[in-house]
Amino acid sequence: MEFRSTLSKVRGRGLSKEGGTGHWWAERMTAVALIPLTIWFVISALSMVGADYAQFRAWIGDHGNAVLLILLTIAVYHHGQLALQVIIEDYIHHEVAHFTALIMVKLGAVFLAVYTIFAVARLAFGS
Amino acid sequence: MASGNRPLSPHLQVYRPQLTSLLSILHRITGVGLWAGALMMTYWLSSATYGPEAFERAQGILGSWFGRLVLLGLTAALYYHLANGIRHLAWDIGWGFEMDNLQISGWAVVVFTGVMTLLTFLAGYWVAGAI
Repeated sequence: MEFRSTLSKVRGRGLSKEGGTGHWWAERMTAVALIPLTIWFVISALSMVGADYAQFRAWIGDHGNAVLLILLTIAVYHHGQLALQVIIEDYIHHEVAHFTALIMVKLGAVFLAVYTIFAVARLAFGS
Repeated sequence: MASGNRPLSPHLQVYRPQLTSLLSILHRITGVGLWAGALMMTYWLSSATYGPEAFERAQGILGSWFGRLVLLGLTAALYYHLANGIRHLAWDIGWGFEMDNLQISGWAVVVFTGVMTLLTFLAGYWVAGAI
């Protein structure tokens, strides 16, 4: 049974642009991943209060810490950009501003994630 | 799209604020705020790639009174978003929609946020040797 009119199909109304289910699921998956990762990060950051450079390098040079930091970075920026996308879709209706904001958030999140991951990897590999 | 003179649904301002609606919008506000936390995490981690001086400067900025104030807000936002996010995940599988459960889980999130923020900051001062 098809409820959408021909006109609405042509206009793309009532149709999720980029797969609403996939967006919803990815936001939940990253949320679940972030539960243990953020708790671990808070405890780790607490252990780095007042730490000097050598102590920090020893911490980030640990294999497990570096891996968890990279996973945390991916989950944070993926979850963050999915959520900001929803907020932009809710509040910014002007077409140019809407797409400008979406593009900036999406590309910005990719840049920040890659920048952070590269920094962690470089420090972990010891240069 | 032209809406003409069709009636609108009542505006948000006519509703009396209540725990459920306040916590709902707070989830979105803390989520946006946590973007600042993500940027600070990136700054802190990447500062060390620019050498010891840059890292010590980052540690100094985060440890200053202003840095600690921002971190206090971010810590509260993180615990709130974490606890309320778990509440959302429970709703996603159909749990906890009854009115009395909404009140209980809502207040639990508020108390959790307050207690954990306090404990985290006490732990931070303890690590720093201030207490």
